[in-house]
Amino acid sequence: MTATAVQARPSTKSADPGPRRPKGRGLGLVAWLAGIVFFLPIAWMALTSFHSESDAATNPPSFAAPLTLDGYREFFGTGGGASPWPSLINSTVASLASTLLVLILALPAAYALSIRPVKKWTDVLFFFLSTKMLPVVAGLLPIYLFAKNTGMLDNIWLLVILYTSMNLPIAVWMMQSFLSEVPVAIIEAAQIDGAKLPTILTRVVAPIALPGIAATSLICFIFSWNELLFARVLTGVVAETAPVFLTGFITSQGLFLAKVCAASLVVSLPVLAAGFAAQDKLVQGLSLGAVK
Amino acid sequence: MTATTTAPVAAPSVDTQKRQPSGRIRAWATRAPLLPALIFMIAVTQLPFVATLVISFFDWNSLYPDARSFTGFGNYTEVLTDAALRKSVWVTILLTVSVVLASLVLGLGLALLLDRKFRGRGLVRTLLIAPFLVVPVAAALLWKHVLYNPEYGLLNGLLHYVGGPQPDWISNTPLLAIEASLVWQWTPFMMLILLAGLQSRDHQQIEAARVDGASNWQVFRYLTLPHLRRYLELGALLGSIYIVQNFDAVFTITSGGLGTANLPYTVYQTFYQAHENGLASAAGVLVVIGSIIIATFALRVVSSLFREEVSRA
Repeated sequence: MTATAVQARPSTKSADPGPRRPKGRGLGLVAWLAGIVFFLPIAWMALTSFHSESDAATNPPSFAAPLTLDGYREFFGTGGGASPWPSLINSTVASLASTLLVLILALPAAYALSIRPVKKWTDVLFFFLSTKMLPVVAGLLPIYLFAKNTGMLDNIWLLVILYTSMNLPIAVWMMQSFLSEVPVAIIEAAQIDGAKLPTILTRVVAPIALPGIAATSLICFIFSWNELLFARVLTGVVAETAPVFLTGFITSQGLFLAKVCAASLVVSLPVLAAGFAAQDKLVQGLSLGAVK
Repeated sequence: MTATTTAPVAAPSVDTQKRQPSGRIRAWATRAPLLPALIFMIAVTQLPFVATLVISFFDWNSLYPDARSFTGFGNYTEVLTDAALRKSVWVTILLTVSVVLASLVLGLGLALLLDRKFRGRGLVRTLLIAPFLVVPVAAALLWKHVLYNPEYGLLNGLLHYVGGPQPDWISNTPLLAIEASLVWQWTPFMMLILLAGLQSRDHQQIEAARVDGASNWQVFRYLTLPHLRRYLELGALLGSIYIVQNFDAVFTITSGGLGTANLPYTVYQTFYQAHENGLASAAGVLVVIGSIIIATFALRVVSSLFREEVSRA
């Protein structure tokens, strides 16, 4: 089919490589322009966070206004207002703890699914994925009622459990694809030497699959850090997370524009840093290992 | 009793019968590492859903706990005849389809641009990924206050320089405002997946086609696009899973006002603010039924991708 389409065209274009060059450069410029347009809101947010509130709220925008740290002072509560530190610490604890729990549960499961295939293993994999398609709202109310009746409301460890269930399917899928790359011969050799499962996992499999495990952890951390609905419904004062703290700015008006920008940037910083550091692994992970 | 438990295990293959009893022990040893994750998932995701299903058959407002009663499908008929709720179904579909399509098309364009060599390609790629890495609530706040604000937002600020109009974006086009912010966040994701697809193309084949005199458009239409099909499907599938459930943008930018409440937001509001547990559960169950319909289609796509990978290995 391709051949006929190609042959239908006389080959007069053989002298093309030369004249095509300037066009290539033009497309490079278009790419640059697109990059700048997409990044502009973030750049503007960063600039505004360093402006005073009165300079931030002007039309037309003031590009050359003097820089100040007032927005950040306001955000961190040193200029009055609630301190975001408890919520930042809660987010860190919840994200790290649930990532760890995900790894503890997902690593053996992925091992069973990739290295020693269980009967009907694809069915098991699809069960994990199907839970990801169950909307969060479908179980939110019973979880809320359960938490309320058992005194678990406003408790960070409830979030840890829920974030684990949110990320476990993705982690099993990703790690299954990463662990499939570990040669079975090495594992069999270790088994013949009498190594038990925990030893095989930590000494043989983990070192080989380490980049994949790191990518999985990163994605679990990002999703937990970003989560809003569970945290909004199930936490209050004590266990409030950073995204919930940010919702305090939803109705704030222009007086706090620099503060809003500083807050958004600070809360996004861990994710931005982690994401830039592992761009390629991020794609592979987010597409559940299907894209290599 | 032993006979009944052995029968189904031994039945499928003669092979396992020969290796008994060590075969069965080994079979369990193989399954054992899988069990903790499996049990955890069932306990934390399936049990609450069953509870939701049960609650959906009760007339239950948590402000009047004593007036709880069984109503059968009463909640479902109320949900389905409620104009506001039907509207939120429509909003969910509109939001998901438009955001997924727009970000796929934009992402494809950007991926094609980035697939070419040019000066500073790595830096441009990093700039383009950034929107996806902003915490969703923060991104929604950024659009709501910093870009859309009619008096000092960046959009109207830039329009001011060219003497353009100064619209109140969120009030005039609320749904479009939410969609634009989501397209901005999800285009990088689509671009990353499609870029991975482009880079896995068979370059010899493309060279051969070029030698035969194929134009850029012909290479794209007959070689690149068929190759990208699976990546486009994967992007659409993963994007839909997340955007159907979107809560952050709707909650932050309009708080569900101005006709932008989607199903997740409506369910949240029904139980968290109106305290109608039974009604919220029925709506939640309907969201699940809708998702199952998408999921059956989606799982087929993933499994075809998956089979391809297995056969390659």
